[in-house]
Amino acid sequence: MAATDITPPSRFAEARKRFVKTGFGSPLAAITSVLVFTLLAYIAWGFLDWAAFRAVWSKEDVALCGDHSGACWSVIDARHRLILFGTYPYEEHWRSTLAAVAIVVTVLVSCLPAMWRATRLAVLWIVGFASYYLLMEGSLLGLAQVTTDGWGGLSLTLFLFASVVLLGMPMGLGLALMRRSEMPVVRWFAVAIIDTVRSLPLVTTLFTAAVVAPLFLPSWLEGDKIWRVIFAFALFFGAYQAEVFRGGFQAIPKGQFEAGKALGISYWSILGRIVLPQVFRHALPSTINMIVVTFKETAIVTIIGFFDILASGKTAFGTAQWSPYYIEVFLFVAAIYWVFIFSLGQYGEYLKSRMAISEH
Amino acid sequence: MATAEELRRRAKRRSFTIQSAILILIVLAVWGAVSNAQYNLTRLNMTSGFSFLERDTGWDYSFSLIERSISDRYYYTLFAGLLNTLFVGFICIITTTFFGFIIGTLRDARHPALNFAANVYVQIFRNIPLILQAIFLYAILIHMGGPRQALNIGDVAFLSGRGMMLPGLNIAPAAAVGLLLTSIAIAIGLIIKKTSLWRGIAIWFGGTIVLSLLAAMVLRPEGEGVFSIPALAGLRFRGGISVPIELLALIVSITLYGSAYIAEIVRGGLAQVPRGLIEAGQALGLSNMSIWSRIKVPMALRSIIPPLGNQWIFMMKATTIGIAIGFSDLFYITVNSISQSGQTLELILILMLTFLAINYSIAFFTNWLNARLQLKEH
Repeated sequence: MAATDITPPSRFAEARKRFVKTGFGSPLAAITSVLVFTLLAYIAWGFLDWAAFRAVWSKEDVALCGDHSGACWSVIDARHRLILFGTYPYEEHWRSTLAAVAIVVTVLVSCLPAMWRATRLAVLWIVGFASYYLLMEGSLLGLAQVTTDGWGGLSLTLFLFASVVLLGMPMGLGLALMRRSEMPVVRWFAVAIIDTVRSLPLVTTLFTAAVVAPLFLPSWLEGDKIWRVIFAFALFFGAYQAEVFRGGFQAIPKGQFEAGKALGISYWSILGRIVLPQVFRHALPSTINMIVVTFKETAIVTIIGFFDILASGKTAFGTAQWSPYYIEVFLFVAAIYWVFIFSLGQYGEYLKSRMAISEH
Repeated sequence: MATAEELRRRAKRRSFTIQSAILILIVLAVWGAVSNAQYNLTRLNMTSGFSFLERDTGWDYSFSLIERSISDRYYYTLFAGLLNTLFVGFICIITTTFFGFIIGTLRDARHPALNFAANVYVQIFRNIPLILQAIFLYAILIHMGGPRQALNIGDVAFLSGRGMMLPGLNIAPAAAVGLLLTSIAIAIGLIIKKTSLWRGIAIWFGGTIVLSLLAAMVLRPEGEGVFSIPALAGLRFRGGISVPIELLALIVSITLYGSAYIAEIVRGGLAQVPRGLIEAGQALGLSNMSIWSRIKVPMALRSIIPPLGNQWIFMMKATTIGIAIGFSDLFYITVNSISQSGQTLELILILMLTFLAINYSIAFFTNWLNARLQLKEH
C-alpha cells in the first residue's frame, strides 16, 4: 500500500514553481526573462569588475591608479577620516565615533517594540542626544572643547537628523493638537504655520533661518547658526508630522472622546490614556516614512554652508592628487546614505506588514 | 456644587482668556520682529521697499529661457528665474510621470525578471538623497571632455562637458513657448471634454507633434531645413538645441529620483484595483495589455492622482537644489539678488509668495483633475 505524501511542499519549491510559471510560461515571457537577466548580470559584472576585481585598495598603491581601468579606493583609504569626521580635531576622532555610535544605537533600540512607550522613547532619545552632545562638545566632560563650527562629516549628519526628530516630534504633536482645538484662534495659528511651512521648499526655510532670521531676532535670541537651522528644520518636520498625526486622529471614532468626557475624565487624561496610544499606532508607518525622508533631506544643509558628509566628501577629492577619483568618493558617500535610508525604509515596510496582519 | 450653566460660563471664559493671550503673544512677537528688523536696517543704512526692483542687477547668471544681459532690471531677472523653475519643474513632472508609470507597472507585473529589475531601480534611486545624485551627475558631466571628445549618439545628439546637443525643430524660442502653451491648452481641453484616457493621450501627443512640425515648416528661416541637427564645426557645435550641463544634471537627477517615487505610488494604486474586476476581464478573454490599459489604469488613477499631485508639488520645490550645481532657478536668483542688493526681506517675501502660488495652482489642478476622474456614485 502506497503511503500518501502528506509533507507540505517546501517554500523554496513553491517559489521556484511560481518563478518558472510566470517567468518562462510563454515564449515571450521566456525571452524577456533571458534578456533582462542577461542585461542585469552584464551591468552587475561590469560594476564589480571595475569596483572590486580591477580596483586599487590601499593608499600606498595610489601610483597604480594611473591607468585608471578600475576603481581607485586609495582615495577612501587616505581620506576617509575627512569624509567621516569633517574638520573635527584629528586626535579627538574617537569622540566623534562614539557620538555617532550613540545616535545609531538610539535609533536601533527605539526600533524594539518593547521601547514603544512615550516615556521610554523620550528618555532614550534625550539620553542618546545628550551623550552625543557631551562627547562632541567635550567641555562638560573635562575634554578639550570643540564648538559646533568644528563638527562635520557623518557625525554632523547624524546630529542634525537626531536633533530634528527629537525636536520636531513634540512640535508635530503640538501643532496637530492645536489644529484640532475648539478655539478658532489656536486652530488658525496652527493651520497657518503648517500650510506655510509645507508649501515652501526646505532649502528656503533653512536659508531663511540661517541668513534672514538674525535681522528679526534680538541679539539675545539669535543663538548659533546651527541651532537656528535645526529649529527651522524641526519646524519643517513638525509641520509634516502634524499632518501624519492628523490622519491618526481621524482614524479614532469621536465616540471615544465623548465616552471619556461623559465619564468626567479630564482632557489631558483622555488624550494621554485613550486617544494618543491609538493615534501613535495608526501613525507609525507614516512616521517612519517621515523619519526616512528627514534623514535624506539632511543633505540639503550642504547648500547653506554646513560641513555634513556630502560637503566633506566634496572636500576629500578637492586636492589635485585626489580630484580624478571623485566617482569613488561619491559612491562611498552614497553607499553610506543608502545603508541608513534603506534599512530604515525596510524597517518601515516590516512594521506595515506586521500591523496589517494584527489588524485582522 | 456648580450648576451646568456656571460650568459652561467658566469654560467660555477660559477659552476667551487663552485665545486672547495667544493673540497678544503673536502681536508682540510680530511687533518685536518688525522693530528689530527696522533697528537693524537703519543700522546697516538700508532702505526697505520694492523700489530696488527697478534697478539694474549688474551680474550674470548661468541659464535663462529669455534674452538676458547684465543690465537687466531686478524684476526681469527674477522673472527669468521663475521661468527657469517652472520650465524645469514642468519637464520633470512630465518625465517622472511617464517613467514612473512604466516602472510602477513593471513593479506590479507578475513577470519575475521585470519585477526584479524595477525593484532594483526603485531601491537604488529612492534611497540616495536627490542633492547627492544631482551633484554626482554634475561632476560626471563636467569631467567629460570638450566638444571634440563628445559622446556621439547616432550622429544626431552629442554629449560633452559643455552640454548636450540635441536635434531640434528650426523655430524661434518664442514660437516654442507658444507651442508649449498650445500643448497645455489641448491637454486641458481634452480633460474638460472627458475624452477617454488613451484616446485623449493619443490626440494630445499626436496633435502636439503635428502642430510642432507645421510650425517648423511655416516659421523656419529662409533656406534651412525643418530640423536643426547639431554638427561639429571647428571647436564647437552648430545647430540643434544646446542643453547646458547644469540643466541636464538637474533634470536627469530629478527624473531618476522622482520616477522611483511615482513608481511606488503607481504600484500602490494598481495593487488596489479589486481582483474581481481583473478576473472579470480575464473571463471576457481580454489580453493582459487590454486588462492593464482598460481596467487597471483607469481604476487605479482615482487613488493615484492625490499622492501624484503631492509628488508634482515636491518636484517643483526640488528644483531649488539647482543652486548646488549652479543652475539659475528662482532660488539661485533670489540668493544672488540678496547678496548683491541686500534687500533680504523683500526678496524672501517674493520667493515665498511665488512658491505658495505655484503650490496652490498645482493643488488646485490636481483637485480638479481628481474631481473629473471620480466615478459617479449611483
